[in-house]
Amino acid sequence: MHDFEYESPRTLAEAVTLLTTGDSRPLAGGTDLIDHMRTGRFRPALVVDLKKIPELGQLIADAQGLRLGAAVPCYKLQACSTIRDQYAAIADAVSIIGGVQIQNRATVGGNLCTSGPAADSASALLALGAQCVIAGPKGSRTVPLEQFFTGPGKNVLQAGELLVEITCPAPAPKSGSNYRRFIPRNEMDIAVVGVGVSVTLDAAGQTITAARIGLGAVGPTPILATDAAQALIGKPANDASYKAAGEAARTQTSPIDDMRGTVEFRRHVTGVLVERSLREAVARARGETHFHAHVRLPCN
Amino acid sequence: MSRKRAVTCTINGHEEQFLTEPRQTLLSALRDTLDMTGTKEGCSNGNCGACTVILDGLPVVSCLVLAVECDGSRVDTIEGVAQPEKLSPVQQSFLENAALQCGICTPGFIMQTGALLKDNPNPTEDEIRFYLAGNLCRCTGYDKIVKAVQQTAETAGAC
Repeated sequence: MHDFEYESPRTLAEAVTLLTTGDSRPLAGGTDLIDHMRTGRFRPALVVDLKKIPELGQLIADAQGLRLGAAVPCYKLQACSTIRDQYAAIADAVSIIGGVQIQNRATVGGNLCTSGPAADSASALLALGAQCVIAGPKGSRTVPLEQFFTGPGKNVLQAGELLVEITCPAPAPKSGSNYRRFIPRNEMDIAVVGVGVSVTLDAAGQTITAARIGLGAVGPTPILATDAAQALIGKPANDASYKAAGEAARTQTSPIDDMRGTVEFRRHVTGVLVERSLREAVARARGETHFHAHVRLPCN
Repeated sequence: MSRKRAVTCTINGHEEQFLTEPRQTLLSALRDTLDMTGTKEGCSNGNCGACTVILDGLPVVSCLVLAVECDGSRVDTIEGVAQPEKLSPVQQSFLENAALQCGICTPGFIMQTGALLKDNPNPTEDEIRFYLAGNLCRCTGYDKIVKAVQQTAETAGAC
């Protein structure tokens, strides 16, 4: 690895100052950055460790919504019962990013800032209406997640800026969400197609009153499939609606052929996963099922 | 040239202090600086789990942790698993079940298994395979490893 300096500031202001000195990169979990430095993809002169900054490590879930610090590790998110109950798509995503060892270090903030089109947390958060709170030398700004990504590996962060937290609105009653992906093996792979959905049902639990669909690995950035989701509003929560949404979502993708899948395969699987994800999100909205962890979780 | 940093941490219960450059991974600090070569290097990018250690109570891949991040932390490695005169139950079970051949993945599997059984003393087969998904083995085909974990859990339960 190239030689670099390392600082571990304790305040956000200090971190911004350090990151504004040009050739620097922020470090949270390190599961992307350290590998990228090892391969030479990034060669910052200074690495700024964000893990001692309080704002980046906080996790607040209350009636106002969710405030997820950018440096909170994946395992803490899965362990949070409010996230499992009310923002289940996030639990789905963080429980399958890499494996257990990765989840003990990796963060959603880092996942978003690496800005891979296949990022598992991205589709889940798009479905949940996430906003990115960014701090920088010129102050603070908030960007809807669907505007955060600008290309493969690229995002709107300017020199000296860092992602501080991700916020999601509190879900309406009778809401449910889900994230799922297609991978060739059982675990550890990068998504060939990733789908995050959230739905809200009417009081009777029969009609869809709100929906959001996020798609990953089927375009140069994670995609918010607005048209496909809008078409669900007012529709009955049944298989025919999910199928139609799946077909509509396919038309909103622009996948490429690569070693993980072909355009044709990805388009097809997008529709399949949207259907299945909607079915699960509706079942969760109705209280018929809920997020199941693959590991035993601490009670909280 | 970067400033060298002094890192103080507790490794297998003993306080250790060493000098490191920021670019040195925890894996390299263990193997190259501290001569603790029980932890193995496999892929260097967090996929294979051969470098698994327990950092502040959590299993992590040490190839993706910088040594400087471990100042003030507790690290547990394979060197701390066996008792002076006998193998740990996990090690004994791996041996009896032929859950290793070349052995390069084994320290990582043993550390990860220890973490699994601490969190979940009675895991299902699915839970075992999921928890160990970050550890790759080219020799055994995994079934004997899973059996060894199951036997460890059963034996512990029986005591």
